[in-house]
Amino acid sequence: MKNFSNTYIFIFSAVMVVLVALLLSTAAMNLKPYQDKNIEVEKKQNILASVKISSTPDNAVELYAKYITSSFVVNNNGEKVDGLDAFTLDIKNEQSKPAKERMLPVFIASLENGSNAYVAPLRGKGLWGPIWGYMSFLPDMNTVYGAVFDHQGETPGLGAEIATKSFQQPFEGKQIFENSDQFVSIKVHKGGAKEGDIHGVDAISGGTITSKGLEAMLDSCLILYKPFFIQNRQ
Amino acid sequence: MSIFSSKNVKLLSGPLNLQNPVTVQILGICSALAVTVKLKNAIVMGLSVIVVTAISNLVISMLRNYIPSRIRIIVQLVIVATMVILVDQVLKAFVYDVSKQLSVYVGLIITNCIIMGRLEAFAMGNKPWPSFLDGLGNGAGYAMILIIIAFFRELFGSGTLMGFQIMPKAFYEAGYVNNGMMIMPAMALILVGCIIWFQRSYNKELIEKE
Repeated sequence: MKNFSNTYIFIFSAVMVVLVALLLSTAAMNLKPYQDKNIEVEKKQNILASVKISSTPDNAVELYAKYITSSFVVNNNGEKVDGLDAFTLDIKNEQSKPAKERMLPVFIASLENGSNAYVAPLRGKGLWGPIWGYMSFLPDMNTVYGAVFDHQGETPGLGAEIATKSFQQPFEGKQIFENSDQFVSIKVHKGGAKEGDIHGVDAISGGTITSKGLEAMLDSCLILYKPFFIQNRQ
Repeated sequence: MSIFSSKNVKLLSGPLNLQNPVTVQILGICSALAVTVKLKNAIVMGLSVIVVTAISNLVISMLRNYIPSRIRIIVQLVIVATMVILVDQVLKAFVYDVSKQLSVYVGLIITNCIIMGRLEAFAMGNKPWPSFLDGLGNGAGYAMILIIIAFFRELFGSGTLMGFQIMPKAFYEAGYVNNGMMIMPAMALILVGCIIWFQRSYNKELIEKE
């Protein structure tokens, strides 16, 4: 192998780095619209799933436009805040603020039976990383209509089970308030919820930390919606 | 030398069997455990590695007389990293669901020993075309093992292949259950062990002389 001078080495590396940077930034710029579209479609699919409408990446946008009739942002006192888009509001960013200043997105779905469902986004911590989801409520703002959860890297077969139907289905029909305005959230019980418990569901065997993380997520996210729920229930 | 001389064909077929990067050279085991729960993921991961090994081998080989030997590892890393980022971006744009499941493992192709090993051992000293074939062959050898493992893991772990239900409903009604062990990474290691065992009993020359 030839012996190259230091000047050559410097020029070689500089040219290489510039070329590579150009190539990568061009690729990133050109692919960005497709990537953003994917993220948007996934979010729409999740929101639809929380009101029990199954969609595919191909029809999600269309179904979203059909069923999700309005969305808005409320503050900690349950008042609507103008000028913010519920869909693009970054929940992760909101959670870094003190609880009182957080903005809370609400999505309203018009169901086939003519009534509405109110969807609240959730975000929390599992065992290995973030977990998130959407929960929809009936117009009484108390009874859960549907729930969907997802995770970044929970253990397959254990914590990752929160993303399955068999874990999510039992949330339907559960209630988050007791005696009309006492917020109790929904507990995830290790060893199984008692028969007829309207505030509890079964945890996942072997997925206790994820289950507890999910319980904490429900509690911390939903309690912020309490003023909105109490003022707007029908 | 013709394009597909016997020597060149050997570059392609060797890594599929006697020179297999995973089962003979025991490289790239980490990702083989991580991405083989589902067949589709394994196929996409395999294709990604094939693209990265083939193209980075080609590029390095074309540049081999101009790369200063003192910074050659850095140059190799930059080329590999560029390819990996490109692949990752393309996956995110066009097969989003798979890219989400592969998560960090696409990025970790950079550290896949197969790639750096082939660049250093082959591409730095050979012409572009043979280097390209060598990269293609090694990527394919890796992809093949991934696909075999994923086939068994998905079939017995979830009862599906490519997401379609394969195990008949009647089996489940008769008391058959999916094997939960299959979706744990440990089972991939055991399967790799089984493949090595079969391969060695079939190819006696792979067995070390006492």
